[in-house]
Amino acid sequence: MFEFFDASMLARLQFAFTVSFHIIFPAFSIGLASYLFVLEGLWLKTDNPVYLNLYKYWLKIFAVAFGMGVVSGLVMSYQFGTNWSVFSDRAGPVIGPLLAYEVLTAFFLEAGFLGIMLFGMERVGKRLHFFATTMVAVGTLLSATWILSVNSWMQTPTGHAVNALGQFVPVDWLAIIFNPSFPYRLVHMTLASYLTVSFVVGGVGAWHLLRNRANPEARKMFSMAMWMATFVAPLQIFAGDLHGLNTLEHQPIKVAAMEGHWERQTGAPFLLFAWPDSAAEENVFELGIPYASALVLTHDIDGETPGLTDVPASDRPPVGLVFWSFRIMLLIGSLMALIGVYSAWLRWRGRLYDTPWLQRAAVWMGPSGFVAVLAGWIVTEVGRQPFTVYGLLRTSDSLAPVDAPAVAASLIAFIVVYFALFGAGTYYIIRMMGETPDGQGPQTGAPQRAAGTTPLASMQPAMNKPTTNTGGA
Amino acid sequence: MLDLPLIWAGLLALGIFIYVALDGFDLGIGLLFPFLATDEERDTAMNTVAPVWDGNETWLILGGGGLFAAFPLAYAVVMPALYAPFIIMLLALVFRGVAFEYRWRDPTHKRIWDVSFVFGSALATFMQGIVLGTFVQGIEVEGRAYAGGWWDWLTPFTVTVGFALCAGYALLGAGWLVLKTDNALREQAYRFAKRAAISTFVFVVVVSVWTPFLSPEIFTRWFSLPNLYWVAPVPLLTAATAALVAWGIRGQRDTVIYPATLVLLGLCFVGLGVGLTPYIVPRAITIQDAAAPDSSLLFMLVGALLMLPLILGYTAYSYWIFRGKVRPGDGGYH
Repeated sequence: MFEFFDASMLARLQFAFTVSFHIIFPAFSIGLASYLFVLEGLWLKTDNPVYLNLYKYWLKIFAVAFGMGVVSGLVMSYQFGTNWSVFSDRAGPVIGPLLAYEVLTAFFLEAGFLGIMLFGMERVGKRLHFFATTMVAVGTLLSATWILSVNSWMQTPTGHAVNALGQFVPVDWLAIIFNPSFPYRLVHMTLASYLTVSFVVGGVGAWHLLRNRANPEARKMFSMAMWMATFVAPLQIFAGDLHGLNTLEHQPIKVAAMEGHWERQTGAPFLLFAWPDSAAEENVFELGIPYASALVLTHDIDGETPGLTDVPASDRPPVGLVFWSFRIMLLIGSLMALIGVYSAWLRWRGRLYDTPWLQRAAVWMGPSGFVAVLAGWIVTEVGRQPFTVYGLLRTSDSLAPVDAPAVAASLIAFIVVYFALFGAGTYYIIRMMGETPDGQGPQTGAPQRAAGTTPLASMQPAMNKPTTNTGGA
Repeated sequence: MLDLPLIWAGLLALGIFIYVALDGFDLGIGLLFPFLATDEERDTAMNTVAPVWDGNETWLILGGGGLFAAFPLAYAVVMPALYAPFIIMLLALVFRGVAFEYRWRDPTHKRIWDVSFVFGSALATFMQGIVLGTFVQGIEVEGRAYAGGWWDWLTPFTVTVGFALCAGYALLGAGWLVLKTDNALREQAYRFAKRAAISTFVFVVVVSVWTPFLSPEIFTRWFSLPNLYWVAPVPLLTAATAALVAWGIRGQRDTVIYPATLVLLGLCFVGLGVGLTPYIVPRAITIQDAAAPDSSLLFMLVGALLMLPLILGYTAYSYWIFRGKVRPGDGGYH
């Protein structure tokens, strides 16, 4: 039992824990930054105060989520070194510069304009303020681009050579950045982030609609979210399918684990339920749709699909975790598309805001995007085990010279601190979502400043007299 | 051909200095926070840094990311060597970073987040001092990995540097506060500045005298001829700058203290660097040995030369927008 928790396993758990916590915030802030960009843009274009009220409402939430993303991301940039120093030494010449580009082009841009976005309306006027919002949104997307390029290179490494010291060194930067899985991963993740936020916004809108069907802000955000569900959820299923086919080409064993297929076979079924047993190299129980997997993966009923036993047991990922995470993601994706279709039907019938069934479903689906994002990342990250650089560098050979007690102590510290602090942050976010979005501001226990509350409450006067420096420099 | 590793060492040093210049004062605000008299003063002090703090902290990410990218071997050695200080610093920064938002979100528990802000700022600063001290003191290396023990970073010297950095950041924070506030808060900040300056001067002398005796190599670097001629101006300039800081505090010259303190810390930085070059991991791995291949360094250099002026430009612009004194309940600001 206890030898399971060696330094390597503890370091993996620590990385899994910190990165899983972290991904929730960027997944939220990438989508939310774009949503804020749309809201402010529509406000400037139409002068409709509903958009401004929604902007104010979501900006407060964005500020808290973004802060949590910054500090949990800072941890990640040092953890490569503390726990995975051999990986850092070997892969540093290739992925280090990509991370440096992320900092230079994205992090500074986001952080630099966030202050203006949160506090600067009265000082810069609404056009420049919109520019700041735009830069923050662009920054989040650039950040996603670079970090997904890094991750994709680790999944499908190309454009490098190995030097005498065993380091991966760059040969062709374009081939490294635009490695085979990168475009698919970028599209899939960006859409995931947009969908996650759409369902959060839709859930919050639905919650307030159930209380007051006439609330214009709640109607607007619910409608916008349901448009996204209608169009983006099916698009995401299509993008996910393409990503899966790309994985089949470059990481067939990951696909075998996702499908729960032990043997290479033709006409493989899609398993709805199975209990993979790694020791016996078979599934204890299976329930599947005949030929479905072959059809999806090869577009041919009798197509051949890979099996886990194509490679030695030492080169296989943990199957059960990958298999079940994949199913959770698929289930949520399908439910999202279902909501999209149902809402489109109701919209067409003119009953979008008056169908409590839809609103209740949307409330329940509010946090579903986060679950799907986490499940998807588990599929792709656990599925590429036992390698950090796929096929080239094993996870067990990537570890820093650390002792189990040191890693265990820091892991416990991370768990305690993250749950306490990010738990509090999540609680504040949920509480803010409970406030009625009517442009009147919070009714109880009004925060006096807070990123966004007061500066935006005073946005209206700023429309008439931009740029006044009341500070007296 | 360009000496890319040396250029990158220079850029990294510049990045770290900018980090100290920017995040130093906002960590310093955290150190002074518990000594402020009223809640209103604390709100105002925090509002002087609220729009800029996370841009400031991004320079720390650049430091970590830049070391990883340009000198992967050094990163791979230094991080395990300073495992606990780095983890504690990161967790401390989490405590302090969330406080900026949380304390406004939850007025009934404001006190908790104030404590979190103070404790996080102090611990992060102290650990940065420990890291700096360990760099000067030396890191044990074998092959391509750290070979020392888990507690090597904890020595009287590193602890002293930890406290020294707290004094230095507190002085930066006080210098920032006199620039950005007025009336009672400004008067209070001058009292802080006086105490922080005295502590800083004492620590600078102690650490400067101590450093050459840490290793014979540092000693010769300083005291052999002709080196002495080259390095002698450093302590002389340091003394002159200290006098400038004192002059600024005594005459309540708002715009003198922060920049003069920055120059003072910059000179200390140079002083410590004298003992360090040409190493990146002291007396074990040179800048050249740790560097990533030229193809990596050149690729990044292009990006850095394009982006850094832009970053400095919009950072300056953001500071310009939020220029001037911040007053309690300042409507224009909030």
